[in-house]
Amino acid sequence: MLKQILWHGRGGEGAFTAAKVLAAAWALKEGRYALAFPSFGPERRGAPVRAFTRISDSAVGDRSEITRADIVIWLDPTLPGADKPELELTEGGIALVNRKEWSDLKNAADPERVINFDASGLALKILGRPIANTVLSGAVAALSGGFDEEDLKAGIKAVMKPSLVSKNESAAIEAFRFINGLKRRIA
Amino acid sequence: MTRAFLSGNEAFAQGVRLSRVQVVSAYPITPQTTVVEALAGMAANGELNARFLHVESEHSALSAAIGASMTGARTFTATSSQGLLYMAECLVYASGGRYPIVMMNACRSTALPWNIYGDQRDSLLLADSGWIQIYAKDAQEALDLALIAYRVAEDPEVSTPCMVCLDGFTITHTYEAVDVPSQQQADAFLPPYRTSNRFDFEDPRNLAFSAGPETNYMFKKKEHEGMLRVFGALEKAEKDFNEIFSRSYSGALETFATEDAEVVVVTLGAVYGLVVEAVKSLRKQGIRAGAIRLRLIRPFPAGQLKEALSQVKHVAVLEKDISFGYEGAVLSWVRAAVQKGGLDLNVCGFVAGLGGKDIPEAYIEYAAKTALSGFNGTRFQGFDEEDL
Repeated sequence: MLKQILWHGRGGEGAFTAAKVLAAAWALKEGRYALAFPSFGPERRGAPVRAFTRISDSAVGDRSEITRADIVIWLDPTLPGADKPELELTEGGIALVNRKEWSDLKNAADPERVINFDASGLALKILGRPIANTVLSGAVAALSGGFDEEDLKAGIKAVMKPSLVSKNESAAIEAFRFINGLKRRIA
Repeated sequence: MTRAFLSGNEAFAQGVRLSRVQVVSAYPITPQTTVVEALAGMAANGELNARFLHVESEHSALSAAIGASMTGARTFTATSSQGLLYMAECLVYASGGRYPIVMMNACRSTALPWNIYGDQRDSLLLADSGWIQIYAKDAQEALDLALIAYRVAEDPEVSTPCMVCLDGFTITHTYEAVDVPSQQQADAFLPPYRTSNRFDFEDPRNLAFSAGPETNYMFKKKEHEGMLRVFGALEKAEKDFNEIFSRSYSGALETFATEDAEVVVVTLGAVYGLVVEAVKSLRKQGIRAGAIRLRLIRPFPAGQLKEALSQVKHVAVLEKDISFGYEGAVLSWVRAAVQKGGLDLNVCGFVAGLGGKDIPEAYIEYAAKTALSGFNGTRFQGFDEEDL
């Protein structure tokens, strides 16, 4: 089992933090492995950035950039490429785009390949700020499968400053439950 | 032992802490900075009982480290790229004086054009500096190598400084789960540094002296012999390491599926993980491929390489380096080992990943297939039709 996850955001939106939370949530449990790394280079607020997470049940040897992913996340829908997320998906892959306009998910008979999801709205509600990264870590953990809520808590605790842990746990877990509920409806 | 989620630099800093270093002397440079930041934090909050020296340059960082090591203190420094090159003068002082300093180098490209990304041109340029050079493949090995490096460097039979090389960004800034040993385990593996090669008012001796033509060559021969004893010292250290930490390492080099291989990709550093994946793909295509990772670059494991390649017909050397006007430096050393070992096989080289260029799996498969075709020259990633 190897899952490749590609994150797109802008400098300052926390795409790399989201990638790390997901990887830590997976790999802090014995016998599970993950890598998280950003698109390397000078850091500039607002500039397009990518981040990468690989999760596996065996050691991950591949440290190259992910160009075709099982899950692609766009933290910012105004980024070039966010209108064509399917271009970076593997067969059966799913894209999550952080947009105010939700996909019509309630009636979806089949899983959509591209899901519009108001992660910023959810973050604003729970964190009081529209910082969607940990919401999306929770959502991706649910989409990916194999994670539980304790894993997510451990991931957030390992990556975030202690003062930010509690609210971000709530944000990630709410998204995790929401997507899991959605998956049950679709199934 | 605890499981933590760390970058390669953070993991290495844990290894340095567990080694109970007494002096840290460093100047920050990307992508080394976070290891020094972590150690400065530990020295400030008392987690690490060490003197942290803020110096004004890399030249001063290693000069101060040499001074500290001359007092018998366990000493650490870290650098990268232009910083390592600025230290170059002091590197030979440390090795010539036989001061077993450990340095972490975050392998990065060299200017110009200016580029802060990873390759191995910086450390390979200094292979002749008299320092042991060992390359990690991931954050766990990085942490473990901090401890192993001190054990080997301080072995009285070796007494040689050691450069532990971590690929810039692909190891230094990549996060993964790492087992952090307990201090008790680390202490069982690494005893305090004891040496007679130091300032001592009770037993005064001359250090860092001049030696004219009548004696200089004797020191250089001893320096060479000390370096050659690294093979045995590393094997012994890693055997003890496995007993205490239950993690095994394979000494001078690591192999994968070489026993029946017709083509082997030889490389160093973090890209080895992907080379192993490429070998698995090639085997599914019916190509008997294998992989070798050189852990030691100095001393160079020619004998071990000969053993590992004895049944192989074709070799592709994949390195993030070029010696302009000839070929990749590692390629030349592999060719020399093949010739020295009397092996009749075909060797070619692939210069890849320069200045942080991503190396995809397809490129490694291409390198192996090109070697299989009998090619024996050098090719540059991105210029696949040009023979150089």
